[in-house]
Amino acid sequence: MITREVVIKTDKLTKKFGDFIATNEISFEVYSGEIFGFLGANGAGKTTAIRMLCGLLTPTSGHATVAGFDIYKQTEKVKSNIGYMSQKFSLYEDLTPRENIKFYGGIYGLTDKEIKGKSDSLIHQLGLEMQADKLVGSLPLGWKQKLAFSVAIIHDPKIVFLDEPTGGVDPVTRRQFWDLIYDASEKGITSFVTTHYMDEAEYCNRISMMVDGVMKECDTPSILKEKYHTDSMDEVFFELARGAKRTAD
Amino acid sequence: MPAVEISQLVKTYPVGKNKLTALDKISFDVNEGEIFGLIGPDGAGKTSLFRILTTLLIPDSGSAQVLGLDVVRDFREIRKKVGYMPGKFSLYQDLTVEENLNFFATVFGTTIKENKYLIEEIYVQIEPFKDRRAGKLSGGMKQKLALCCALIHKPSILFLDEPTTGVDTVSRKEFWEMLGRLKKQGITIMVSTPYMDEATLCERIALIQDAKIMSVDTPAQIIQQFPDPLFAIRGDQMGKLLKQLRQNPEVETCNAFGDYHHITLKDNSAGTQTRLIGQLEKENLHIKELKAITPTIEDCFIRLMPHNNQIQRS
Repeated sequence: MITREVVIKTDKLTKKFGDFIATNEISFEVYSGEIFGFLGANGAGKTTAIRMLCGLLTPTSGHATVAGFDIYKQTEKVKSNIGYMSQKFSLYEDLTPRENIKFYGGIYGLTDKEIKGKSDSLIHQLGLEMQADKLVGSLPLGWKQKLAFSVAIIHDPKIVFLDEPTGGVDPVTRRQFWDLIYDASEKGITSFVTTHYMDEAEYCNRISMMVDGVMKECDTPSILKEKYHTDSMDEVFFELARGAKRTAD
Repeated sequence: MPAVEISQLVKTYPVGKNKLTALDKISFDVNEGEIFGLIGPDGAGKTSLFRILTTLLIPDSGSAQVLGLDVVRDFREIRKKVGYMPGKFSLYQDLTVEENLNFFATVFGTTIKENKYLIEEIYVQIEPFKDRRAGKLSGGMKQKLALCCALIHKPSILFLDEPTTGVDTVSRKEFWEMLGRLKKQGITIMVSTPYMDEATLCERIALIQDAKIMSVDTPAQIIQQFPDPLFAIRGDQMGKLLKQLRQNPEVETCNAFGDYHHITLKDNSAGTQTRLIGQLEKENLHIKELKAITPTIEDCFIRLMPHNNQIQRS
């Protein structure tokens, strides 16, 4: 459920590396419960922006608050109020699902009792009863990704950052993953998601498009399609990204 | 003679006391000069197959020939004639662009000059960075350099393992255009991808999932074999509509596809569609559109997946 409560607010957020401007004065707001797509070509500045919003990288200039906390001064508060998952980093492969849940629950300061409760309900919800005590490394990728998402929101964060969460998974699992994002949204958790699958752009409430460090567009998929006179997000992306000069990662 | 002939190929890996089956009795041919796509998700067995065909891995059983040569017995000969671009960037990170290219040319007993014409078009794009270390290149540039290195000895067949993974749509389009031009030079191309939309850019494809080949044919034929009429439906509340469709007794299958949901119906006689719309409107869902459509490769893939029904969420 989307409310008007702002959970991310940036104002001319900028990061320079030497004379290279990775993100250039980006300003936008994201609402509570919103599924916000953060798209752009490789090298457009997405990763830099996400790292700043997660409190991992200090901006050069501009302002931003995440979950109400300042990303310059309150980085630890930011970190404890967000979740993060990517295709590359998610779970410890040589721990079991139950151990991963316990580990992350502990990191985020949940009590033993809370962890026990969460652990049982999560494993049941994902239908992982049979695999709960096997090593994560032996699970199919799709299960890992679904478990990783559940673990990333184990502490009920305001926002979860998802960096290409569905890369390489089969088409059925990819859709099941989006069911999880919708469920989280119902609970008021905001998803800030990057993807290379343009059909997934359609599942977002709003989409932003980064081109050469600048946020070129930020609107609903239907308004963007109308604006670019097309019926596919693929075309919108193509129109915008084609003008890009940068190709760096 | 087909460029690649695979028959009953099996590959397993030990996992503790158990065995993980990466390839389960796989058989198909790749014709000379064609662009053949291996389409499937991570963990389906694509990389194991590439590694067997490039003689880097020995199969448990079954046989495979590349350019008429056996992948186990004739591995030396095969290695001279194939180009391989692994999914993981495998060039020397601390050599420059030019040094990498020179290295691969020398290993294969040729020079950059001799086969430059083949890579010219790709190489001009990375030439401005020829003195940069490969490790310092962007993703797109690394991909182009890797392709140049795989081509520099003028292989008869090119194996490309997920060359477009993690690459944005614009660069993906450019990459496929490049493959089209290499095909014109007579090079056979076998390419794998997890992106279903790239399937239609291949002449023939194999859909692979869980170590098994589900189908091998032209994209058009695979689409034609989709067994049921397929419909696209769109309403004002897509999330709620999806949930309702999954519960609806008239609906056989239902999957989200961007701004539409794709459905098949249990009963395809006249009246079912009107009945369905009526039922949905009763749930306060306004249906904007319901139309018959041609399936995409992704529809076909989902339909062919085993246990497709079991993993529907409760």
